[in-house]
Amino acid sequence: MVFLIQKTLIFAIPLLIVALAGMFAERSGIINIALDGIMIFGAFIGAVFALNIRKIPWFVDHNQLTFLLAMLVAMLAGAVFSLLLSFSAIKLKADQTIGGTALNLLAPAISLFLIKVFTGQDMLEMQTVRNSAGEVKDFGFVLLNDNLGPIGRVLFDKAYISTFIAIALFIILSIFMYKTKTGLRLRACGEHPQAADSVGINVEKMRYLGTTISGALGGLGGYIYIATVANGTATGAVAGMGFLAIAIMIFGNWNPIGIAFGSLLFGFLKCLGVVYSNLDINGDGVYALTKLNLPMYFYNMVPYVVVLIVLAFSAGKSRAPKAEGIPYDKGQR
Amino acid sequence: MSKKTTPKKNIFDNAGARSAFASLIAILGGFLVGFIVLVLLALFNENIDFFDAVDGFFRILAGPFSAGNKDNILFQLGNMLFNSTPLLLTGLSVAIAFKTGLFNIGAPGQYLMGAMGTLIVAHSIPTTVVPPAIVWIIALLTGILCGAIWGAIPGFFKGVLGVNEVIVCIMTNWIAANIVSWVFKDSVFINVAETKMNFIKKTSANGVSTATFGLDKFFSGSSQYSRSYMDISIFIAIIIAIVIFIILNKTTFGYELKACGYNKNASKYAGMNEKRNIILSMAIAGGLAACGAALWVLNGNQDFKWEVYQSLPSDGFNGIPVALLANSNPIGVVFSSIFLRYINVGGSNLAAQTDFNEYVSQLIIAIIIYFAGFSRYIQEAMIRLRAGRKNKEKEGK
Repeated sequence: MVFLIQKTLIFAIPLLIVALAGMFAERSGIINIALDGIMIFGAFIGAVFALNIRKIPWFVDHNQLTFLLAMLVAMLAGAVFSLLLSFSAIKLKADQTIGGTALNLLAPAISLFLIKVFTGQDMLEMQTVRNSAGEVKDFGFVLLNDNLGPIGRVLFDKAYISTFIAIALFIILSIFMYKTKTGLRLRACGEHPQAADSVGINVEKMRYLGTTISGALGGLGGYIYIATVANGTATGAVAGMGFLAIAIMIFGNWNPIGIAFGSLLFGFLKCLGVVYSNLDINGDGVYALTKLNLPMYFYNMVPYVVVLIVLAFSAGKSRAPKAEGIPYDKGQR
Repeated sequence: MSKKTTPKKNIFDNAGARSAFASLIAILGGFLVGFIVLVLLALFNENIDFFDAVDGFFRILAGPFSAGNKDNILFQLGNMLFNSTPLLLTGLSVAIAFKTGLFNIGAPGQYLMGAMGTLIVAHSIPTTVVPPAIVWIIALLTGILCGAIWGAIPGFFKGVLGVNEVIVCIMTNWIAANIVSWVFKDSVFINVAETKMNFIKKTSANGVSTATFGLDKFFSGSSQYSRSYMDISIFIAIIIAIVIFIILNKTTFGYELKACGYNKNASKYAGMNEKRNIILSMAIAGGLAACGAALWVLNGNQDFKWEVYQSLPSDGFNGIPVALLANSNPIGVVFSSIFLRYINVGGSNLAAQTDFNEYVSQLIIAIIIYFAGFSRYIQEAMIRLRAGRKNKEKEGK
């Protein structure tokens, strides 16, 4: 059971953070189809940073700190990269789908180009290095502690530090979005920018803010993805995770609670597809799901099919921001 | 734009010319940035000097023409044209959906379903009984049908249930990837004979392959070893593009699709069946993407990897930049798809012949698309410039 929860979280956390990223951009009025690219870029820069800083043994000794620093760097990288999108979409009023698609092409191109220039390979691995004591430390910067006690073990054993930070960030940013003045203004710019402008809100600034937060979260999500799900290998791809996160955001109706529900549901179903073969539901030593003799493709498919079914039944309640995707033009009514 | 009372006729008074000019600026900008990247790399890498950067840049610009001797150039040209076929058709797929106001990000899934349908039929009907040409046609049509049905699913969700098509497309992509892997798992279609267990048998194993009319021989040049993939599929694709252009611009149905794209509610008010139009548009888009896959596998010399559940075909996603670069114009898609392949070939020549790697070409493409987004800004700037000049001319009088 503990195992299942942990696995679910590993899949759900990147989705959760990146779907929130999408929400921040779209609620401010910018469609961020570039999330996949931003994830790739953040993951790449974060991996380069972690790889290089871990050449110093002190940072290998302080694994958690290194992990945190790499997360910060990835956030920064994502934020800077997203400026390309916000500049074209806000300043030049370019089509946001085009800008986003360009970024989705640009991120793997830059990452792979540089990875190839510096390593001669097509991927970047940040696996095992030795610490100051000469012990081999692998990349999995996990919180591992034997004297945590039973409750502590459920929560912290083999869990990544990023999980807790991501959940905390998710809660803080959701409160920011719904309970602060800036959050309200940001949402207004996604619904009716002309009205927002008429009461003195700087629409451009708000949209820059939304997209930049979105970029930072996207970069973070990308780094968490390669550090946890992909076992520390940056390959210039995140297996379509960014697009999936956009789907989860739409599924969650552009609000945090829906997104949290969506990503947990999806993460759970996804992890079921990975662990089904050794899943003992009632503890009688019988692996019930293997007896059905269905191929893994079936279990892989389940999360997507379930999402479609849920969508079909909850259709018609979509609450997309009204002004998303439309460049703000002061002269328009 | 009004054409009356312009003092001097200027090419930029034409909206189409302005749009083409803006695309040209985007392309030049992309190349410029690509050149800067190469020069920067030369500065920081002692193995490469400035002239290598210039040389490398021209290799990309030359595309297949940087292949060296005449035979290699012909060979690369032929393969470039052949490989443009799936890209052209997925580009058309995305473009027609754009015209109806839909974002078809589901082309990879439709592509896979098309490949599946085509392969099963091409291998199942014995060519000893049915003539290969007939099998070829049935296989192509089956593939298109599979893709059309798969494309109609997001269309149905969007048109009837009102669910955002992007999310349904993304879901159906991965569902298709798993279905295809499931169907081909342990199947008789796997290429056991050549011990390529990861791939499906080539359709030529059953004697089914696209007609070449000697094109493959021509593009193979005098080379004995390498055989060109070139066949007539690129011409089929171009004809399809022209047909789509005519449908969109000269028929009532095309008009309805575009009206639906401009304003769904207005087209409904005008008595058009917007639900039917959305579903049909997505079905056509799906059929087009699937046709790209079908023509690719029906070449007869292509290995289709059946275990696709982990990654979607890139030709599906690359339809999006192709359509965007062409501004969703079906004729433009023909040029943009071949252009993107041209740059790609230049990039792989660069990687094969110099110390640079092939990702430079992808970088250039990405930047061209980024600049293509500024198209409207550039066009507006041109209008302003033009208007300013006209005013001056008036004052001069």
